[in-house]
Amino acid sequence: MLGLNKKDTYLLLLVAGLVIFAPFLLNPFPEGSAMAQFNAGYPDLMQRFVIFGVFAIGFNILFGLTGYLSFGHAAFLGVGSYAAMWMFKLFGMNVLPALGLSILTSGLFAVLIGYISLRRSGIYFSILTLAFAMMSYSLAYSVLATDMDGPDRQGLLQKGLTGGETGLQLTLEDPRIFGQQTAGEGNIPVPNIFGLEMRSAVEMNVGDWVFTFSVGYYFAALVMLLSFYLSIRIFRSPFGMMLRAIKSNQHRLNYTGLNAKPYMLAAFVVSGMYAGLAGGLMASMDPLAGPERMFWTASGEVVLMTILGGVGTLIGPVLGAGAIKYMENILSKINSDILHTWFAFLPDGLEDFVITLIYPFIGKGWHLTLGLIFMAVVIFLPGGLVEGGQRIARLFKRKKPSTKTPDGKTTPAE
Amino acid sequence: MGILEVKNVGKRFGGLQALGDVNLSVAENSVHAIIGPNGAGKSTLLNVLVGKLIPDTGSVMFDGQSVLGRKPFEINQMGISRVFQTPEIFGDLSVLENMMIPCFAKRDGSFTANAIINMMKDKEIVERAEQMLEEMNMADARDDNAATMSRGNKRRLEIGMCLAQEPRLLLLDEPTAGMARADTNNTIDLLKQIKEERDITISIIEHDMHVVFSLAERITVLAQGTPLVEDTPDNIKGHPKVREAYLGESQDAA
Repeated sequence: MLGLNKKDTYLLLLVAGLVIFAPFLLNPFPEGSAMAQFNAGYPDLMQRFVIFGVFAIGFNILFGLTGYLSFGHAAFLGVGSYAAMWMFKLFGMNVLPALGLSILTSGLFAVLIGYISLRRSGIYFSILTLAFAMMSYSLAYSVLATDMDGPDRQGLLQKGLTGGETGLQLTLEDPRIFGQQTAGEGNIPVPNIFGLEMRSAVEMNVGDWVFTFSVGYYFAALVMLLSFYLSIRIFRSPFGMMLRAIKSNQHRLNYTGLNAKPYMLAAFVVSGMYAGLAGGLMASMDPLAGPERMFWTASGEVVLMTILGGVGTLIGPVLGAGAIKYMENILSKINSDILHTWFAFLPDGLEDFVITLIYPFIGKGWHLTLGLIFMAVVIFLPGGLVEGGQRIARLFKRKKPSTKTPDGKTTPAE
Repeated sequence: MGILEVKNVGKRFGGLQALGDVNLSVAENSVHAIIGPNGAGKSTLLNVLVGKLIPDTGSVMFDGQSVLGRKPFEINQMGISRVFQTPEIFGDLSVLENMMIPCFAKRDGSFTANAIINMMKDKEIVERAEQMLEEMNMADARDDNAATMSRGNKRRLEIGMCLAQEPRLLLLDEPTAGMARADTNNTIDLLKQIKEERDITISIIEHDMHVVFSLAERITVLAQGTPLVEDTPDNIKGHPKVREAYLGESQDAA
């Protein structure tokens, strides 16, 4: 189907099914129950799942296929966000042109950074990309945030191109020449797609359960599915094979009459455009762009997502993005009161002891839990969560007479 | 006028004159071996031919065009393929994919942005790669991971990948180094077969005299960066200068 082989079609359909039914799947616990805080089926978080999914899918095209570890991909995320914000400010609140400009701008940005960074490989490439991302961060934080209008004018560029620390925000004075300048009652209009607002949502009550379906989530999910489909096509194309050949043996490739440079640069730019698209989506869901989106921790996060899910696998980055965003938003919300209600059945002394043990790993300490899980995955499952899934699948398959083993598609993390 | 003309090539690394004044002419459709003791400059010469090193002096012409200053992939596209001392293949890829890459390089040149088409649907390329695997007697290994093959089979695949590009000159750098006798003989037979079936010039750098005398039509003996003699295998065998070069080296080593 759609030019994919059977296995890839199933994978695409599986991912499509998961994202379409996510509002149900992620809300397994009834509202008001003790477990309700593990529900992740609210639009804000689901949007983050799919947006970071796009980011990680794109990152995997570079890191998974070529093995070049970029440590500055957040720069493209930020550029994409700022581009989308300027589209909202200048032309109107439709998200499609905004995403278009996000992809274009981050693509151009990636040509520049990639051309220079790809002169080196290995750790030097990573350091160069990191340097570029941090330069972009300071540009956004201060250099481009100075008053470019002049002291006696209060125009669009009063807070520069990026808005500095507070970020780039929409205002009522923005021209929005193709859209409304103000929505009814003097409010700032919200991002929409041909009038359908991103934040509008329908709630469905089934017994004690509440399921929310939001336009923003389904739009982002559709974009993620398209991105995922495109990445499958890239993985299976001659271009994808050349990228894997670069990772495997660049030396041989050069002596086989192929120029690795343009392949690398193309992969870098495609990957940067994915990141820009993710940034544009973020701005579309919540029209605000700040420089912290370009900080090196944001670049590190996508590396973690990709490695956690499975480097070089198709679905791995999506799983990794989901896992990390779930922990960030769910684990961090658990506090000691909640722990006390869970362990109330224990004798007092024991209850306090258990809670003291668990407490460092929840709430603000969720990074500790993430670190432990990450270490466990890298040590025991170098192929990430995907390898874990394959091992479980193999356990079940062994019981059947068929001797077929799953295709060894995973490449170990490096 | 040979297909490969090396004139007055010199290369110095710091205090070491790796190549003195090398003149070499490889006739089209011949098998030309370059032998010499360790440190004679064989590998340096090869690296000059494939564009990895740029010589300090002299010229290297392939089929009337200079190769100097061109990048390895450009020289390859001119029609020179290189087989490495340790087999260099794409270990993470399947055997068929390994064979498809040179087929793409031959058809599409050094870069094409075919990122959307499914490579397995590119019938022409898949058929050509399968045909090459058939010719190399490797059709059974089609879907195996290339890294899992034996050294002899990796060598066979590497030679096949070079041939898939239909090069006019095949350079082999000690193709049987580190091989068992049986694998060495297989490689000799393979190279003989290639020579019989194709219009191709083969230039071979080798330590193993058994390989050299089984294959070569002309032999150049290199010693201390300069060609000592160039002659037919029969004349080289008893040549006093050649013996001196090799015995002299073994005295130094002792």
